Amino acid sequence: MTHTQARPEAGLAVELTDLTRVYGQVRALDGLTLHLAPGELVALLGPSGCGKTTALRILAGLDQPTSGRVEVGGKDLTRVSANKRDMGMVFQAYSLFPHMTVIDNVAFGLKLRRKDGAARRTRAGDMLDLVGLGEHADRYAHQLSGGQQQRVALARALAIEPSVLLLDEPLSALDAKVRVQLRDEIRRVQIEVGTTTLFVTHDQEEALAVADRVGVMNAGHLEQLAPPADLYSAPASRFVGEFVGLSNRLPAEVQGDVASVLGQNVPVLPGSATGSGTALVRPECVSVVADEAGQARVTTVQFLGPLSRVTCTLADGTDVIAQLASSDALRLQPGDAVRLEVAPTAVLVVAG
Amino acid sequence: MKAGGGFRIVRAVLLGLFALYFFLPLISMANFSVQGKGPLKGTITFHYYAELVRNEDLRSAIISSLLLAVLTVVLMVVLLVPTMIWVRLRTPGLSRLVEFLCLLPLTVPPLVIVVGISNVYTWVNYLLGDSPQVLAFAYVVLVLPYSYRSIDSALSAIDVATLAEAARSLGANWLTVITRIVLPNIVSGVLGAAFITIALVLGEYVFASLLHYDTMPVALAAIYKSETSTAIAGGFASIVVISLLLLGLSFFNRNQAPDVGGQKE
Repeated sequence: MTHTQARPEAGLAVELTDLTRVYGQVRALDGLTLHLAPGELVALLGPSGCGKTTALRILAGLDQPTSGRVEVGGKDLTRVSANKRDMGMVFQAYSLFPHMTVIDNVAFGLKLRRKDGAARRTRAGDMLDLVGLGEHADRYAHQLSGGQQQRVALARALAIEPSVLLLDEPLSALDAKVRVQLRDEIRRVQIEVGTTTLFVTHDQEEALAVADRVGVMNAGHLEQLAPPADLYSAPASRFVGEFVGLSNRLPAEVQGDVASVLGQNVPVLPGSATGSGTALVRPECVSVVADEAGQARVTTVQFLGPLSRVTCTLADGTDVIAQLASSDALRLQPGDAVRLEVAPTAVLVVAG
Repeated sequence: MKAGGGFRIVRAVLLGLFALYFFLPLISMANFSVQGKGPLKGTITFHYYAELVRNEDLRSAIISSLLLAVLTVVLMVVLLVPTMIWVRLRTPGLSRLVEFLCLLPLTVPPLVIVVGISNVYTWVNYLLGDSPQVLAFAYVVLVLPYSYRSIDSALSAIDVATLAEAARSLGANWLTVITRIVLPNIVSGVLGAAFITIALVLGEYVFASLLHYDTMPVALAAIYKSETSTAIAGGFASIVVISLLLLGLSFFNRNQAPDVGGQKE
């Protein structure tokens, strides 16, 4: 799978080592270690409260770790305050300065760096062109849509040529259509400038779509860090398997490195349980064949365009979801007896 | 909803009554202050307004009060604005306590405060002299509840925490965050607090009188018996000035009111 499509020379490596953050009784981060290659976009994905935002805020310097180290480009930044870290950040909440025009917002960081007026305007203008808002330079934040405001925020963060770009759920306040547009735009811009980027989100589609690697977090630590396709096809833990994508939970019997699922032998992934357990099987790995002697019956057929989702019920009442080409699925009717087959792709088997 | 005819009549009557209640005394004051008395009897004259600046004592009292108002505003802004911003940004846990402290002066009658602080003022006079401007210390406390409310609502209207973090990530230190990011966005609230402070200081009598300072209200009260028309002229003039300030404030607010939230795409 693609790994780091960006120009690696433009970015700096980021090392978070054994970060722990304790708030009173709560361990928001519990020994998080994360390495970002130069120019790479890593998404941190997880349910709310998993520590992903805390990790980003610690990298930004807006929060202090209870213990652990933050290094960027080989320099220890653990005790450096936020305003001296040179990190561009886009927030979930709209954060444009309301009393400044768009161009002044973008130029603010440059002004603090004492760049002269002409250089400032040129750079800020370039950044606005990069996010496609060049002609809105003299507007105020309240004259822009939410998506435009977040694009200006991105331009503002990039104007200072940050060592690291931090995106803290920048899309979650936007509506669905704008969200998809902007996420593609963020990725395009990130590849263009080549800045090492940490993207925090709770939306797995977002994470899988834009990141070089996705880190799934749970209860303050990293469950798995892998390219999106690996994360999906080879989850390392039960949490990842259940959190990322849709899975059928089917009874399985593991012997050696083979599991018997629905009467068929399927290879198992490393980290699987032994003996009897539950296999996590993706809907697209299940095929449905009309068969009077089959072990299941079709319950519903849901048309989703080129693909359809077919729900079948086993004799013991277990629901199995299969994703089929619509041309195959539409031959099936609710009530039909069918045989279910599991493709021989490796599955994760968890205990219980 | 469309107002019915009956409702409209009731509304007009109520508005009329209120207008009468508020404006009758003002009109009477205005009228009284321009009616000539004694040798000027029967003429319309601004003699008594001229008297406000011609009378040595009165003039110095008015100047004292204006200075006092400016000083109180400055002290209030310098103390309250950074404190409130800091509490909001760094120690939100203290916000309840600060609010309680700021509202406390409302609950204690001014007379009680005066009795309490008169001893303190012996020392203040000893250390700083006895010009009326030292009253600014007491007046800052007196205006806290109103100033606090005004600034607090302005701070609530913006996302101070996010704006501050955005500015910090761009390289701003705390001083820059406060002066260049937060302050420009709460100007209307700070101006409101300032105008209310001026209004309060120009009308305050109890403190000044009991602590023996000659401010404008004290001086006007002193001449009320002997030169009633001048006293009334002074009172009316200060009401007009304060009303204009407050009117200016409401216009300022209307022009400043930001369009909250982004428009739809």
